[in-house]
Amino acid sequence: MKRLGIIAGAFALPFAIVLFVQSCTIDPDIPDVLSPEDVKFRIPQGFPQPSYDFSLNPVTIDGFKLGRKLFYDPLLSVDNTISCGSCHQQFVAFAHSEHQVSHGVGGQIGTRNAPGLWNLAWHEDFMWDGGIPHIESQPLGPIENPVEMGETIGNVIAKLEASADYPELFEAAFGSDTITTQRITQAIAQFQGLMISDNSKYDQAMRGEISFTPQEQYGLATFRSKCASCHPEPLFTDHGFHNNGLPPEPTIMDAGRMMITANPADSMKFKTPSLRNIAVTGPYMHDGRFTTLTQCLNHYSGGNMYQSATLDTALTNGIPLTAVEKSDLIAFLGTLTDYTLIEDTKFKEQ
Amino acid sequence: MKHTLRCSLVVALAAVTFFACKPDPVDPDPTPTNPVNPPGPVIPTGSAIGISFENFVGNDSLILDQVIRYQNANGDSFCVEEYKYYISNISFTDNLGNTWYENESYHLIDASDSNSCMVYVDNMPAGTYTSISFMIGVDSARNVSGSQTGALDPANGMFWTWNSGYIMAKIEGRSPSSTSSFNLMIYHIAGFSGPFAAQRWASPAFGSYNAVVTTNTVPTIHMKCDVSEWFKTPNIIDVSSVSVWNTAGAQAAAIADNYMDMFSVTSIDN
Repeated sequence: MKRLGIIAGAFALPFAIVLFVQSCTIDPDIPDVLSPEDVKFRIPQGFPQPSYDFSLNPVTIDGFKLGRKLFYDPLLSVDNTISCGSCHQQFVAFAHSEHQVSHGVGGQIGTRNAPGLWNLAWHEDFMWDGGIPHIESQPLGPIENPVEMGETIGNVIAKLEASADYPELFEAAFGSDTITTQRITQAIAQFQGLMISDNSKYDQAMRGEISFTPQEQYGLATFRSKCASCHPEPLFTDHGFHNNGLPPEPTIMDAGRMMITANPADSMKFKTPSLRNIAVTGPYMHDGRFTTLTQCLNHYSGGNMYQSATLDTALTNGIPLTAVEKSDLIAFLGTLTDYTLIEDTKFKEQ
Repeated sequence: MKHTLRCSLVVALAAVTFFACKPDPVDPDPTPTNPVNPPGPVIPTGSAIGISFENFVGNDSLILDQVIRYQNANGDSFCVEEYKYYISNISFTDNLGNTWYENESYHLIDASDSNSCMVYVDNMPAGTYTSISFMIGVDSARNVSGSQTGALDPANGMFWTWNSGYIMAKIEGRSPSSTSSFNLMIYHIAGFSGPFAAQRWASPAFGSYNAVVTTNTVPTIHMKCDVSEWFKTPNIIDVSSVSVWNTAGAQAAAIADNYMDMFSVTSIDN
């Protein structure tokens, strides 16, 4: 019986090779042919002007493809095991599915929850503490963080220069095969900057293309009266920093924004996350402490805010929410999932 | 049997997946290459001013090694192994009161690289220049303008990635007074905004000297940079209480206040 199994396995082998060699090359269902329209940065109807000026880093097909290859290449980490895409997965809107905090080289874990990626061109600063003031400088954070990718940008440049294919890809994207920090990060900015979320059910309803269900409509009304001061439409974030009353985790004691500004008034403040795609981007909060939206709403409505000098004044007593309001809110938040972004083949690893 | 067959298939598939999906071989230990490999400076033949940054500790030329040979105002002895600083936004004013600003004026001075210590400011109008002004560090605009190249390439090791921004100046050495491991004494001075911004302006006086620029002469300003100024006026630095400092904040700003007068013009060759 055992032997039969081995024989069967041996017979299966050639079949398996064919199957998997094919699956490891480009998926025939995903055309890698991009048109200029595919890589055109656009400002969705109703959105404000973006913070990032793409005219200084014009997106090209070759630049976008280079950025995509870099985004998915574990070469960017010290032991060639972790890519940007390791913690930013497209099927959950580029968040890290089921991971509270970032995982890095050598099995290390960080202290902050890897956020989803969309509408980044509208952000003036990045990371939960806002420590990085520009989309182009952002990749250097995780690349050089010892518990994330643990590499130096100088070594990344050396590895890219020594690779068989990158020099010609830089030449195609930037006109010469010189590889610099600026070119690496501008290519990644071209790729990440095009991750625009503007076609959720919410967006379609706002454009009058479809209708909300009654419960979603009630949820929107509750959202606008009780949540929108920090999560204003259409980006669903005020891009500000707030202490939202979470008790500090004793093993981390994360001071948040204060770690950047050294200002005690910023203690335990974190950047307001956008609520777009919120239904698929759990776990939630800067340290991933909540796994469901119900837990998040229970925190805000429970009246057990961690009282401290920097607690947002709007949250001193929490936000009263009835059980019905909570279920309406969760129904509404579900309309913010943008399947166009999640399924867009041009963002997939090639 | 059916079960075993399925298991074998899974094993075979797993094995094949492993081999078929093996990524392209990447050299696990590539030869590290210095990302900054500047060629020797291009010496202009005219319409330029050279600035020779000459690093000292008091009256002694700065030597980078591990020999404890210097002493600060607090009485702590120390050595220096690395010394780097940014000079940016250079301008010169002539005897008629006209001020000329260098374009893209960003220079990284590395005491271990003599080429970097000789800065040529070229394409200058002819004239008799009587004063200089420059920033020690990098202006806040360039700290928030995305990836930069040349002297400002983050690969130069003068950039913080978690609290993004340039290190304006850094000194690394050792001191028997240090309370850190290996007696390290490390000060990275950074922070580009807010109350503790660490950029400082300097305008070391030319004294009785002038820099005369013509189409065929290049004057050289000998610019002394005195490391001992890091530790004294107005804030005496006690190495035993501040052995390592590498965050923005009041301490960084206090050291920047100290070193803002570390430059002096010792002579100008015309």
